[in-house]
Amino acid sequence: MIPRKFEYLAPNTLAQALNMLRKYRDAKILSGGMSLIPMMKLRLVSPQYVIDINNIKGLSYIKMVGKTIRIGALTRHADIEHSPLIREKLPMLAEAAEVIADQQVRNLGTFCGSLAHADPAADWPANVLALDADMVIQGAGKRVVKASKFFKGPFETALKPTEILREVSIPIPDGPKVGQAYLKFERKAGDFATVGVASVLVLDKNNKIVRAGIGVTAVAPAPYKAVKAEQVLVGNVPSKELVEEAANAAAEMSDPSSDLRGSAEYKREMTKVFTRRSLKKALERAGVSI
Amino acid sequence: MAVRKRVEEIGKKRPVTVEINGQKYAFEVEPRLLLVHYIREYAGLTGTHIGCDTTNCGACTVLMDFNGKWKAIKSCTMFAVQANGKRIITIEGLAKDGELHPLQKAFWEHHGLQCGYCTPGMILAAAGYLMINPNPTEMEVRHGISGNLCRCTGYQNIVKAILAAAEEIRSSGKPVIE
Ligand SMILES: Cc1cc2nc3c(=O)[nH]c(=O)nc-3n(C[C@H](O)[C@H](O)[C@H](O)COP(=O)(O)OP(=O)(O)OC[C@H]3O[C@@H](n4cnc5c(N)ncnc54)[C@H](O)[C@@H]3O)c2cc1C
Ligand code: FES
Ligand code: FES
Repeated sequence: MIPRKFEYLAPNTLAQALNMLRKYRDAKILSGGMSLIPMMKLRLVSPQYVIDINNIKGLSYIKMVGKTIRIGALTRHADIEHSPLIREKLPMLAEAAEVIADQQVRNLGTFCGSLAHADPAADWPANVLALDADMVIQGAGKRVVKASKFFKGPFETALKPTEILREVSIPIPDGPKVGQAYLKFERKAGDFATVGVASVLVLDKNNKIVRAGIGVTAVAPAPYKAVKAEQVLVGNVPSKELVEEAANAAAEMSDPSSDLRGSAEYKREMTKVFTRRSLKKALERAGVSI
Repeated sequence: MAVRKRVEEIGKKRPVTVEINGQKYAFEVEPRLLLVHYIREYAGLTGTHIGCDTTNCGACTVLMDFNGKWKAIKSCTMFAVQANGKRIITIEGLAKDGELHPLQKAFWEHHGLQCGYCTPGMILAAAGYLMINPNPTEMEVRHGISGNLCRCTGYQNIVKAILAAAEEIRSSGKPVIE
């Protein structure tokens, strides 16, 4: 499969890349290329200019700044999978990275590229929603958008065509007891999720939930933060019943469509099941039994 | 939307130099040329296969040097221009001085192939994985090659071969790729 002709641009600085985006209207950023190139080969998109940002130095990092973890635009899925800092502070991201695509795709595909692409079944969006991440966007100026305000619809985000997602800043969940989990239900290895649920729970010494973050992917036109389920949990001591109530609330917020991965009804049911399991796993990891 | 430029004006050929298996290749190619076609049709190294052309089967897997680290990638999903100035290793570059690479030997000894179509990609994906995890369990090997499809073997012997090669490489004390 051969894409339509395009002009290839390889800027060395972010400023150059942004200038190019402003100058050439029909242009696309190329980061990992793991979504863009397949789409270009199928001629689903045929940009006239491809702006490869891989030669820009200083965009590939995972670092701790104060109480946040910062992930740069060129950080690959595999970098997250193998990062000791991520395993220590945000283990759910390592858990998610492992189940994205396969070794080869993870070696190239980027965290920020996936978020910018906003496939409604992608894994990273559920994680940044659960973690309440800040999306750092660079255009003529810099602006920061909350993950919960970033995903607008299928393949649609708050990014303008002249902007680049340059960093994601993630507050490290902190408290007496913390549990995180990402659970993905896939039909075969490396497939996109039938449903994916990311959970972050922070509990106080008396086991009261003080913070809950739940991100759900693949069962709505855009990944969503299961706010209603979070509200069910916060302020309460977890029990089987409470988790069930939260799982129901998360499933109620879903709006799945029937496709090869299952009927809408089935997916709604699986949203409930996987929210329950994801929350249980997070609780287990926080050292709380129900 | 901006008016599309006349076709002949955009995407003109440009020089692309790639070091493949230690040898420099330089060709003028269109930006839309995929790396796998550069390897097969320009460099003439047809050991790298094309199975699906949709990033699923892994037959096109090669190793690419990223800041001194070899990583497995799917060469059907990268433009040749992106590989300009880079080093890659294909299946032709694994054997050294007439001696098969431990992975090649193990595939032979453990019947890790039947038709052989998936084999070059399978071996390079395995090499990439063993550099990440030199002492894998059977399940980890399966996870490591989950981006590679084989329609013949049922994977059993491929997994056996990779485990045997891992052992051989560990006991030799040599790196997976020298
Ligand atoms: C076989 C296969 C299996 C896969 N399985 C999964 C899976 O299980 N789960 C999953 O979540 N994903 C999966 N993916 C998708 C993969 O994770 C991609 O890497 C990801 O969707 C896109 O990231 P990228 O860096 O490759 O972006 P690219 O393909 O380079 O770009 C994608 C889009 O985002 C834009 N873009 C890229 N970076 C930026 C940026 N920094 N700022 C603004 N815009 C940007 C591009 O212009 C383009 O429109 C799979 C892909 C393949 C090929
Ligand atoms: S040919 Fe590249 S993955 Fe199948
Ligand atoms: S040996 Fe035939 S496809 Fe693997």
